[in-house]
Amino acid sequence: MTSQEISEKLKAQFGDAILEVKIDGVLDPYVKVSPLSVKSVGLFLRDNPDIQFDYLMCLSGVDNGKDILGVVYHLYSMTKRHKITIKVDVPKAQAEVPSVQSVWASANWHEREAYDMVGIVFTGHPDLRRILLPDDYPGYPLRKDFKVPEFYQGMKVPY
Amino acid sequence: MPDTLTAPIKTSTGRALRTEEMVINMGPQHPSTHGVLRLELVVDGEIVVDVIPHIGYLHRCFEKHAEHMTNYQQVIPYCDRMDYVAAMNMELGYALAVEKLLGIKVPDRVEYIRVIMAELQRIASHLIAAGTYGLDIGAFTPFLYMFRDRERILDLFETTCGARLLYNYIWVGGVSHDLPPGFIDKAKAFCKYFRPKIKEYNDLLTFNEIFVKRTANVGVLPADVAIAYGCSGPMLRGSGVNWDLRRDDPYSIYDRFQWQPQIGKGEMGTVGDCWDRYIVRIREMEQSINIIEQALEQIPEGDVMSAIPKRIRPNAGEVYVRTESARGELGYYIISDGSTSPYRVKARSPSFVNLSVLPEICRGSMIADVVAITGSTDIVLGEVDR
Repeated sequence: MTSQEISEKLKAQFGDAILEVKIDGVLDPYVKVSPLSVKSVGLFLRDNPDIQFDYLMCLSGVDNGKDILGVVYHLYSMTKRHKITIKVDVPKAQAEVPSVQSVWASANWHEREAYDMVGIVFTGHPDLRRILLPDDYPGYPLRKDFKVPEFYQGMKVPY
Repeated sequence: MPDTLTAPIKTSTGRALRTEEMVINMGPQHPSTHGVLRLELVVDGEIVVDVIPHIGYLHRCFEKHAEHMTNYQQVIPYCDRMDYVAAMNMELGYALAVEKLLGIKVPDRVEYIRVIMAELQRIASHLIAAGTYGLDIGAFTPFLYMFRDRERILDLFETTCGARLLYNYIWVGGVSHDLPPGFIDKAKAFCKYFRPKIKEYNDLLTFNEIFVKRTANVGVLPADVAIAYGCSGPMLRGSGVNWDLRRDDPYSIYDRFQWQPQIGKGEMGTVGDCWDRYIVRIREMEQSINIIEQALEQIPEGDVMSAIPKRIRPNAGEVYVRTESARGELGYYIISDGSTSPYRVKARSPSFVNLSVLPEICRGSMIADVVAITGSTDIVLGEVDR
């Protein structure tokens, strides 16, 4: 299926929850959905017999600037051999996105990484802890306004 | 007759022994964790109830480094340092992603050189994987044989770009040096030398009775679980899924060569056990040799520097490019804001995703099998932690 057909199916199923569809212009076509609908969109994409997105290639947390954080899901179907990108935008003040861990098990660690690096809270995640950084690390390094602290645990950070 | 399994264990004085689960830390400095990985094992006697991996000991935040570089080419040495035993593959993925963002086509000679290097690197990496796996199980000799042959590949790399481990060789738009005189003959000689060696490994390790007993039917990963957890590379193929990005989502010039992806068939036990994951790597080396030999025959003449852009300034946009590294699907998600350095680079490293399935396949096994299973996932911690 082409990205066009997938996005039309999504629109027919979810209506207003599909915020933006961009097929041309950028290199990878994407569909932007509302944060609260992302889990049901995921379930639909995985279980619809015509679409069958069974493989979550990548899940990235992004700081989009202007106090907006984003989550990007790159999906692939092993059976149907097509792909799509799903995007979600949330305000930095209330960065909460429903977890898709129950839809694709691989989201578990990816979501922990996005939480660790960008500070997006995935509601409903079974084990949302920092994964790469120490548990007591201050701040979220991949936010654009992150400043390296001068001291960490009383030790001077060299640069 | 009392039920020996459920009856409380009695001491010599007749008192019941209290039994409970115990937590054991394996790592971060443990020879079988292939780097600094800490596994928190919850055990009930010898049986593993749960495994909780703790990672991040090698974390350098590659992604932050990439954002702070002043241009796209400067990121490449950091890519090397993610998967330090398959650095060529890491560079290749990044270079392809930026080239797609820029919309440049590289000369044919560059494509061939890249394929030759990537496949040589895959063999070198699988040699480490198989060699250290034998070491984990207790076989020391195969490790030495495999490192002996890996040395020849590193010599080829050294004559090409001067480095043996971290190359900074594949650049955006080209490669840093053309092949040196005599390289093609040396590489052909290597292929001829290497083919019979695979039989030697099989005699030494693959079909060794002890090795088979330790790995067959251990850590079985069913295909549907592997796909749900996003496993890729030999890990996924070991579970019997016929899936290789070089064939199924071709990039570079892989569609020009004749070769077969290898899958696990459960020859020694169950499909998706440790032995299957191991044998997939061994057989892939032979396929890589096939690709290299064809590439060495077909390689055209040309200028390897002609397509290297003077200044890299892609239009605003984003791209996700995935390649088959030695460990599986290596994806780079690059966002450009139109400036000379990337706005965001996310590396989807195969080891990170492959490691996340470890608790799933370790539950219910013995403690000693955890070592066998961890070894069979072939993780490189530099790439897990990035």
